[in-house]
Amino acid sequence: MLNQFLLLGAILFCVGVYGVLAKRSAVLVLMSVELILNAVNINLLAFGALAGDVTGAVFALFVIAVAAAEVGVGLAIVLAIYRNSHSVDLNDVDTMKG
Amino acid sequence: MVAQNIFFYLFAAVMVAAAIAVVTTRNVVRAALYLILVFAGVTAQYLLLAAEFVAVTQVLIYIGAIMVLMLFGIMLTRAKIGRDVDLTHNYWHVGLGTAVLLAGVMGYALIDAFGDDTMPRDLRVDDVAGSNTATVSDAIFSTYLIPFEVVSVLLLAALVGAIVIARKDR
Repeated sequence: MLNQFLLLGAILFCVGVYGVLAKRSAVLVLMSVELILNAVNINLLAFGALAGDVTGAVFALFVIAVAAAEVGVGLAIVLAIYRNSHSVDLNDVDTMKG
Repeated sequence: MVAQNIFFYLFAAVMVAAAIAVVTTRNVVRAALYLILVFAGVTAQYLLLAAEFVAVTQVLIYIGAIMVLMLFGIMLTRAKIGRDVDLTHNYWHVGLGTAVLLAGVMGYALIDAFGDDTMPRDLRVDDVAGSNTATVSDAIFSTYLIPFEVVSVLLLAALVGAIVIARKDR
């Protein structure tokens, strides 16, 4: 039973990694990061259930809180970029390219 | 355990399909809606793992708050509704290769290390130590009190920072 949850987490993680690497829209990259964080949470809770321990659930809650902070700041940065360059295409964000 | 397995595979199939749809659809709004489906599936998996407090938090924070924020972000950063021409990099093959390779390595490692591990017993909300809300709150407000306070300060700092970054009159 445990292994199923771990493999599901691994699959979701890899889909998220593909999204981060392959997507041009900054909002879609943020969504893919959320996929990755959810995959991690499933793993934390699966290990917590295996150990019969509450620690997994507590860490999952911390991850959810940090994800909320991350998406708030991330979307603010995306909005600032959009206001300056009228695009959320990550290929256009090359001001610091040497 | 049989019913748990049936529902696990049902939800897992929906989640994997929706996750793949998130990264392959040509419409950002649809990607957000598919992502809500993935989050709902994750909630169901939490319930199968007998972690009902985390499941409720998932619904409130992810489906309730984060996805609304995402949809606002989509609304504010693009004018048109409909297909977006080019959402994918030209070198998406590299990303796909990396993801498949990672999936292979992680799958092998997980099966090798935990292939024959099983859950201790039937997971039920009332008899797993880590499941009920009282146990979680006891742990947060005793053992993990300092991390909890740090997370509160982090959230406050992040929200103030988000407002500062996103406001117009700078």
